[in-house]
Amino acid sequence: MRSWFVRIVYSGVVEAGPVRPWRTKAFAKVYGSYDKIQSFYNIMFAFLFFLAFILGYVVFAVYAERKVSAFIQDRLGPMEVGYYGLIQTIADLIKLLQKEDIVPENADKRLFMAAPVLIFTAVFAGFAVLPLTPDVIGSGANVGVFYLLTIITLDIIGLLIAGWSSNNKYSLLGAMRSVAQIISYEVPLGLIVLCVVMLCQTLDLQAISYQQGIWINQYAGNGLNYAQEVNYLFGISNIDVTQVGGFLTWNVFRMPLFFIAYIIFFIATLAESNRAPFDIPEAESELIGGFHTEYSGFRFAILFLAEYAMMLLVSLLGVVLFLGSWNTPLPNVGSIKLAEWTSGVPGTVYGNLMGAFWLLSKAMAIIFVQMWVRWTYPRLRVDQLMYLCWKVLTPASLVLLVLTGIWRLWM
Amino acid sequence: MSVTEIIFYAFAALTIAGALGIVLTKNILYAAFSLLLTFLGVAALYVVAGADLLAVVQIMIYVGGVLVLMIFGVMLTSKTTDKYLPSPSHNRIAGALAGLALFGLFFTAILKASFSTLPWITQAEQHSRTVSESTIAGIGINLMTDFVLPFEIAGILLMVALIGAAYIAGRK
Repeated sequence: MRSWFVRIVYSGVVEAGPVRPWRTKAFAKVYGSYDKIQSFYNIMFAFLFFLAFILGYVVFAVYAERKVSAFIQDRLGPMEVGYYGLIQTIADLIKLLQKEDIVPENADKRLFMAAPVLIFTAVFAGFAVLPLTPDVIGSGANVGVFYLLTIITLDIIGLLIAGWSSNNKYSLLGAMRSVAQIISYEVPLGLIVLCVVMLCQTLDLQAISYQQGIWINQYAGNGLNYAQEVNYLFGISNIDVTQVGGFLTWNVFRMPLFFIAYIIFFIATLAESNRAPFDIPEAESELIGGFHTEYSGFRFAILFLAEYAMMLLVSLLGVVLFLGSWNTPLPNVGSIKLAEWTSGVPGTVYGNLMGAFWLLSKAMAIIFVQMWVRWTYPRLRVDQLMYLCWKVLTPASLVLLVLTGIWRLWM
Repeated sequence: MSVTEIIFYAFAALTIAGALGIVLTKNILYAAFSLLLTFLGVAALYVVAGADLLAVVQIMIYVGGVLVLMIFGVMLTSKTTDKYLPSPSHNRIAGALAGLALFGLFFTAILKASFSTLPWITQAEQHSRTVSESTIAGIGINLMTDFVLPFEIAGILLMVALIGAAYIAGRK
């Protein structure tokens, strides 16, 4: 117990000081090498940060959704609780947690109670491989994005359990629709992610992040070393933008067709997280609430949390894969080193703070677009849904896959 | 016992618990959900053995594909009002005999084989000492070079299955 505590305190708090006892051999003998301590600290930090951040973000996002929808429909939205309705969600949350946790008489009780936990765990497990800053990532596993796409399929099992165990036809229908939709849209999603993986030649999301900014040459790890790598605008080999950075080295600018790829990715992830216009699984006007019709109180809160966490997860994934991850959008222009000023060197406190800031702000912007889309477009019918997936998005992503491969060979 | 061993036994216990659940339960959906435990346990054992890609592929194919399809099939074919979808046991004696015989076969085979002297085991041990990195790059390169023919044949087989399924489903 003590050694863990010492590890965390030394590696985290004292790091900035002039004396570094944890770098000596005597310290390493007792508590393990500095790198191990550092990575342990980073893992714990990433875990706790994402957990706390999701909780805070959900409170904020629910409020934001109500306000955004209100402004789009020319209303004011919540105005009563707190200044400008700011603590409306907290009041709702307190109400929700006080409510009775009802388990229907004819439900399969054990499965009914376990399903929300499984759903949230599956979504939260996806955050493990997302880089937060140049140094902080939960797991630097080489399988990275493949693991992420895989672990969120556990979500489907959770949905099926929730829908079936409720013993309610609306729940079951909702779960069926939800699963059919998620499985279908996994095809274009997987193909688009494959495009990015092909361009970046790695599954590791941290390596993909480093490739999209001015610190590309500093990355070495997981058997990769980018010390000699050069970034070209659109992959055209006479426009060297390695030292320019900013938005010019984002993946959407490293390959000319990745704007289209990102749009397909965005549509597919909307469907994955059951957001409107792909919300037939929970269509309130037809199915009451879909698979979570029977849930109430704390378990409903967890399902809600999982749904918003899924939105955040896919937004973050989109940012990491296409929109430069934790890299700054501002390029170096001549002697005005905007990119270097707005993103510190990896390994420094400033670098980490700016990294987290850019990553999360971009994700928040994407979440705003998700809300905007939800309150703008009407819901798709099931045949339109399948038409869009199988006859538009899947062929388009197959074409993109081939073109990315050719582009990669020419680059 | 080292930490790795404790982790191994914990996940082995999870795998076996899931497998027992499949055999012993009368409710076919419970059996499907127990299968989830087994698949996850096996994936975790792959991770313990250092096969990271295999572990993820295991979850992707068996949980994301096979298991979802099975549960879907059960849900679509049975009435939701039947609370318990029974899966009664038949041929108990013959089944037990077959199971025991198979177990005995594997057990004696494992006891008789001296794994430490097998050439491919020693080779793998040497390999794992030099390369502690992920298995992805190696698997990828081998799939595209030495094993490209089986890989492509598997791809064609899956394609045929896909077209066949679409044809059967689309026939009026």
